[in-house]
Amino acid sequence: MRITCPLCGPRDRREFYYYGTDDYLNRPVADAAPTAWDDYLHNRDNPAGVTRDLWYHDMGCTSWLAVTRNTVTHAILKVEAVAPVTGGAK
Amino acid sequence: MPELIAKTALGGPVPLLLAATELAEAPILPMTSVAPYPGREEQVNAALKPLGVAFPVPNSQSAKGDVRLIWTGRDQAFLIGAPAPEGLAEHAALTDQADGWARLTLTGPQAEAALARLVPIDLRANSFPIGSTTRAPLGHMSMILSRISENGFEIMIFRSTARTAWHEIGDALEHLHARASAL
Repeated sequence: MRITCPLCGPRDRREFYYYGTDDYLNRPVADAAPTAWDDYLHNRDNPAGVTRDLWYHDMGCTSWLAVTRNTVTHAILKVEAVAPVTGGAK
Repeated sequence: MPELIAKTALGGPVPLLLAATELAEAPILPMTSVAPYPGREEQVNAALKPLGVAFPVPNSQSAKGDVRLIWTGRDQAFLIGAPAPEGLAEHAALTDQADGWARLTLTGPQAEAALARLVPIDLRANSFPIGSTTRAPLGHMSMILSRISENGFEIMIFRSTARTAWHEIGDALEHLHARASAL
């Protein structure tokens, strides 16, 4: 299994740390209803198919990545950097 | 104030020569992490101008003479071979890295083959040419790897993993040496 890091290019799965669902990117506002916090903290889908989750490129550029993948075929469909990708001097 | 003696991580071992390929420890150089504050790329490059280097794009380095600025991660590069120029600290977070890293050089016809046993990326010259720098694992250790010549690499690893890295690369060279000798 390989993940194409937007900065480093295609890399082996062992370079990445798996964090979990991308629900963590959608933090409720401070005074949100308890059900919103319940969903954010505890309730998870477990799809057989396409899912989107967070990976950390800890052995590489230390970017957080949102990876869309298929849990049935193991295909990686899309990799996006969570923070804007900057490339240094033009 | 007594003058302290700066020692490299491995204390300057005798270079290991196997399969016509040499593993050696490189001397300590001034090394500073440069992490530009958001939106300050222009000011950072202006401050770096007296050194003749510019902030590198990912997987590369900017060099002039003995001064290099090598890419080490998202929005981070290491300035090696010279102290940080005046004015840079206003636009980037600077931290001294000099004694935190061990620098090894691996040079010779089997350098690529030895690293291929430990590093899960394509290091052949057409995909990793001279001047390339990347973050990649060396076994389970975090590494900053640069190609410094046609068959030479600079390997930077955390000071605490220097002995393990030396052992692992030496092991790979021994296997390559044994294979060549058996033919």
